Amino acid sequence: MTKTQILASAADAVADIPNGATILCGGFGGAGYPRNLIGALASRKVTGLTVVANNAGHEALFRYGGVRKVVCSYPVGPTSKGFLEVLERGEAELELEPQGTLVERIRTQGAGLGGFLTQVGIGTELAENKQKIEIDGKQYLICKPIEAQYALVKAWKADHAGNLVYRHAARNFNAVMASAAPIVIAEVSEIVDGYLDPDYIHTSGAFIDRLVMVNN
Amino acid sequence: MTIGSENALWTMKEIGSRVALDVESDWLVNVGIGMPQVAVEPLNERGVMLHSENGIIGLGPSPSPGNEDPDVIDAGKGFATVVAGGAFIDSATSFSLIRGGRLDLALMGAYEVSVNGDLANWRLAGRKIAGIGGAADLAHGARRVWIITSLFANDGASKLVQQCSHPLTAKGVVKRIYTEQGIFEPDGAAFKVVALAGGVTATELAIRGVPLTD
Repeated sequence: MTKTQILASAADAVADIPNGATILCGGFGGAGYPRNLIGALASRKVTGLTVVANNAGHEALFRYGGVRKVVCSYPVGPTSKGFLEVLERGEAELELEPQGTLVERIRTQGAGLGGFLTQVGIGTELAENKQKIEIDGKQYLICKPIEAQYALVKAWKADHAGNLVYRHAARNFNAVMASAAPIVIAEVSEIVDGYLDPDYIHTSGAFIDRLVMVNN
Repeated sequence: MTIGSENALWTMKEIGSRVALDVESDWLVNVGIGMPQVAVEPLNERGVMLHSENGIIGLGPSPSPGNEDPDVIDAGKGFATVVAGGAFIDSATSFSLIRGGRLDLALMGAYEVSVNGDLANWRLAGRKIAGIGGAADLAHGARRVWIITSLFANDGASKLVQQCSHPLTAKGVVKRIYTEQGIFEPDGAAFKVVALAGGVTATELAIRGVPLTD
């Protein structure tokens, strides 16, 4: 028996996420975006959220001013209109990270590490406000893990042990975030009868706390 | 090899074909958003494996109408396909591949490139908000960075400069620049001409502000 709980609705799955929480949100653009879980959070009008995701297209949350801070790599483009508006009004702040640094900060948190060193961004304004260290004559930025209370991910198929398989390029940040928070909630398109083949599982149910089947 | 006609600037299609011919067939190549996309089709035709940083190795051409799949998109979030032999990977693996030296070439657009290979291509000076996406990781991590761009900005200024005025994406990374006017390489002090399009002269480019080697 794994500890994965299978819940009846997205609303049940996010019912305890409090105001002011930091949440990891999977997806790259619309691919793999956990829109049902985010929609359920928006229905509860949870506020003061810090949302960590590759993009900033959390329109359902911006509509009522639910977000205090966005941590992302790409806050512009057609789906970011809502964010740019709240940013302009000074109602939310932005922490911008190169995509690879962003995902590694998430991964190292899940891996129980204290951070990592990278040369990406050295000599550019992306290195501003970051501690630097020299090792063997090379300059590195010190990158700290991103600590969140919840991870919301989207997968394709799950089994009753909470094992997940992502579909195509919807794997993206989902497979990383699924191991990176104390409470991981997955919305999936299908929960199969019985169990998935252990050789083809992308995320073990050992990482998944809550599972909900949704309609897309 | 020569490309294009004798007395005309190169078209985008011709630039894409030339880039594809300069790529070794066994390279893994990331093709950036915007102008570099002209290289996708000719690279696909040569069978070169393409990487998309959102998690695709073996990026194929755009799908035919009716065959779009919302779970198969490229880094620009356009619908894409996957070629035989391709693979889906997660984002951490994708950027490990980039930083770890497995990506042979990143083709990127540019606002400016300096004589020492500095690249500015993510935020225009004076603009508050822009997306960095995977640009800094790609520019730093790829084994080679080649640029596909127009040689001149809309205001007529040369994009090849002594020193970048826009915020940098990475320092000292650009190896070659493909433009409608010709192909150039930064040598630390200026830009070396590799090839010029029909009717273009180094003298004329120098007059228009392109810092070329003598």
